[in-house]
Amino acid sequence: MNTAITHNGQQDHAGDHGYQPSGFLRWLTTTNHKDIGTMYMTFSLVMFFLGGLMILLVRAELFQPGLQFFKPEFFNQLIGNHALIMIFGALMPAATGFANWQIPLMIGAPDMALPRLNNWGFWLLPPAAMMLTLPFVLELFGVGDGALATGWTFYAPLSVQGGIGVDFAIFAVHILGISSIMGSINIIVTIFNMRAPGMTMMKLPLFVWGWLITAFLLVITLPVLAGAVTMLLTDRHFGTHFFNAAGGGDPILFQHLFWFFGHPEVYILLLPVWGLMPHVLSTFSRKPTYGYKAQVYSFIAIGVLSLVVWAHHFFTAGLPVPALLYFMYSTMSISLPLAVLFFCWIATMWRGAMTFETPMLFAVGFIVLFGIAGLTGLVLADVAADAQYHHSYFVVAHFHYALFTGGIMGVMTGVYYWLPKWTGHMYNEKLGKLHFWLTALSFNLTFMPQFFLGLAGMPRRIPDYALQFAEFNALSTIGAFILGFSQLLFAWNIWRCIHGGEKVPAKVWEGAEGLEWQLSSPPPHHSWETQPTVH
Amino acid sequence: MEYRETPRHALAASPRRTPLPAWLPALALTVVAFPAGAEMRFNFPEPATPMARETLHMHNEFMLIITALFVVVFAIMVYSMVKHRKSQGVEPAKFTGPTGKLQWFWVLVPFAMLLFIDFILMGIPAFHAVIEMEDTQTKADMVLKVTGMQWKWQYEYPDSGIKYISTLATPRDQIDNKAAKGEHYLLEVDNPLVLPVGKKVRVLITSTDVIHTWWVPQFGAKRDAIPGFLRETWVKIDQPGIYRGQCAELCGKDHGFMPVVVQAVTEPEYAAWVEKKKAEQAAAANSADRAWSKEELMAKGKQVYATICAACHQPNGQGLPPAFPALAGSKVVNTPLLSMDGKLVPDTHVYRVMNGKPGTAMQAFKTTLSDVDLAAVITFERNSFGNAQGDMIQPAQIKALR
Repeated sequence: MNTAITHNGQQDHAGDHGYQPSGFLRWLTTTNHKDIGTMYMTFSLVMFFLGGLMILLVRAELFQPGLQFFKPEFFNQLIGNHALIMIFGALMPAATGFANWQIPLMIGAPDMALPRLNNWGFWLLPPAAMMLTLPFVLELFGVGDGALATGWTFYAPLSVQGGIGVDFAIFAVHILGISSIMGSINIIVTIFNMRAPGMTMMKLPLFVWGWLITAFLLVITLPVLAGAVTMLLTDRHFGTHFFNAAGGGDPILFQHLFWFFGHPEVYILLLPVWGLMPHVLSTFSRKPTYGYKAQVYSFIAIGVLSLVVWAHHFFTAGLPVPALLYFMYSTMSISLPLAVLFFCWIATMWRGAMTFETPMLFAVGFIVLFGIAGLTGLVLADVAADAQYHHSYFVVAHFHYALFTGGIMGVMTGVYYWLPKWTGHMYNEKLGKLHFWLTALSFNLTFMPQFFLGLAGMPRRIPDYALQFAEFNALSTIGAFILGFSQLLFAWNIWRCIHGGEKVPAKVWEGAEGLEWQLSSPPPHHSWETQPTVH
Repeated sequence: MEYRETPRHALAASPRRTPLPAWLPALALTVVAFPAGAEMRFNFPEPATPMARETLHMHNEFMLIITALFVVVFAIMVYSMVKHRKSQGVEPAKFTGPTGKLQWFWVLVPFAMLLFIDFILMGIPAFHAVIEMEDTQTKADMVLKVTGMQWKWQYEYPDSGIKYISTLATPRDQIDNKAAKGEHYLLEVDNPLVLPVGKKVRVLITSTDVIHTWWVPQFGAKRDAIPGFLRETWVKIDQPGIYRGQCAELCGKDHGFMPVVVQAVTEPEYAAWVEKKKAEQAAAANSADRAWSKEELMAKGKQVYATICAACHQPNGQGLPPAFPALAGSKVVNTPLLSMDGKLVPDTHVYRVMNGKPGTAMQAFKTTLSDVDLAAVITFERNSFGNAQGDMIQPAQIKALR
């Protein structure tokens, strides 16, 4: 790892700390928010490729009807672990990486409030990822029957029936949950206590606001997930019957508990990106953010609403009519604060002086494609139509429009936007643009056909399918491989940017506003030694 | 009986409503990618019940609404992206919110429109559709009970006492790419569900093991099968024909291989089918009382094993350990049949087959298999795959054990 993006001890604080480990020990023991941010981002990128590899295996199997490469048992392990790794391994750590790097810079703080907790929060992740993937390896040595094969949702009783992969996944989720809760507490404490003088809550950068809501959602919902999987564990091994009807339990209880976490989780993944968007749009439109207050209130409204709409994830499970109606209308009402955000994003661009560097391209691509996710979400809320969409590829396409474009492309927007600040070097613009166009086009080639597959009646999570689905699946697989391999450009561009390239000034972008652009690129070791005053 | 295959290519949604092209944006892409003639559909299959018609109509309407929203919103954005560029030499504006009454008006209009779309334009038809979908009992003509189990469906007609299992009929060789795939690859079963047209059928759904989902896209009916609970939906099929669907909830390794096939017939044909099926079941029940020879049991057992047991325990009895144990040399299979006084002993072969093993995919087959099937398959397992118990159990003995 090059020192450029991290800490150069000699330069600014020689002697401040006494002992300064180097090499691996330095990364293991670091309490610097930027080092930890870098580790989160690196971990996220590695997991992104691991999760991507898994789904490329899946898409290869689905290229043609018939069982080509894998047994269904292995196929089922791939899909669930793809989801867990992408959500808990790639997206959440990427967002936490941004938070670590950016929140102190943006609010004028020297570091995060709880640096040692911060270190521990990160170093829980690699063991958790190993827990999740270890059963794949164990199976090769004849131990157990592979990783979690229930899909990422752990639905009981299938997960009660499953092998040791379920236990490994339960403990992995516990560890990941602890890590996220610690990270969230750190972020909340930092935002409440470490702001520069004069930075009132209503002057907080929107990215920080987005993360604040995210952190609260994590603290509220993750314990419920931990409780649900613990109940599952005791059902599996200690003779309880939480989810077993024969013992007075109810399998649907698991779905309620899981989705009480699972739905806010969607917004946990998206809110940091929604917070980031106004910064990018305003920078490249050279115009102040439109509707700051409206966006803050929308974040809060979405955060609250996300806690009360969970049952729309299992409309087909047979809920009573009043519950169906309540969850339908409450879900639809999320479209209102979301529309406020779209309105503000476009209004921020309106009558600006726009240029389209890579971050702006990703931001615009995000708005358009995420728009498709939002709009299809609106029809999915409708119970009767949902009876057709549910459990089908229509849903798969919908949530990939939400989580790939809303999540991953949002993260890419942020990486291109802030990477020059972090490394002190400009990335390769041509490569960045190529990466954007390949990603956006192949993403649509992958997932647009999946909408039609779902409408035509193809269920999700099947390793083999009827002949009428063959053409769209072939298209989707071709798209997925282009999409997957295009991401190598991303990794290469980041690598090159870390190791050299054109030097950038403190204010990397012409139209950028905010405290982080007042610090040198890369920023000094203790980001703000003297807190700035905000007027 | 002859059944008309419902045309899978038909794009016409229903006589009175026209489908709307909500798929236009992707059309260009797909047309370029594939020559004409490739079978691709862009919307729901042709509806066959009032509920499916309602759903399709609503879906088309909603797709039109969201397409319009998409086009309008992003037309504004694209206009801005073309006009408001730095290269056009524009001076960026400074506004950060609406100023003045007129601007507030234009800011609030979209939200008023969205409120109207959400809760009136979409909300009201959606309300009626939910009420219609959930009304399973009003004027129901008959009841059907569907039980999902790994990985097959059981259909039960409480009125006539008919009860049978329906499993995938696609040969293994087609799945393994050793033989050419048939037209209805993975969507064909040995015993389809038979229903009369024009009758409102109240469908009760449950499961014996994990959650499954019973889904026939052309019926617009999809409902989860929850172990230990009854869920319900309804169908009223318009036209005779064959309708195909699949299990839609991940239920273990063969989730992709448990199709639903429904044969809709006219009322007289249905009545004839019921009589025939009743007679078959009566004959099967009677045959349980007679003494069976070992050869008969072995032959019948082999057949039952192939359709019911082989998915997990494998055709060669080697299983897929550790989830699905081998029967060859199995401790459980090689236990004595019954106790000295003819009683069932826990954790013996007969006990396990009849009562299953909770928490695993091994289900209690006494609820799904007949006396003859149970006796035959137990006898077969004890004398195959290298197991050589040499004994046999009579259907009458099983009957007595129930």
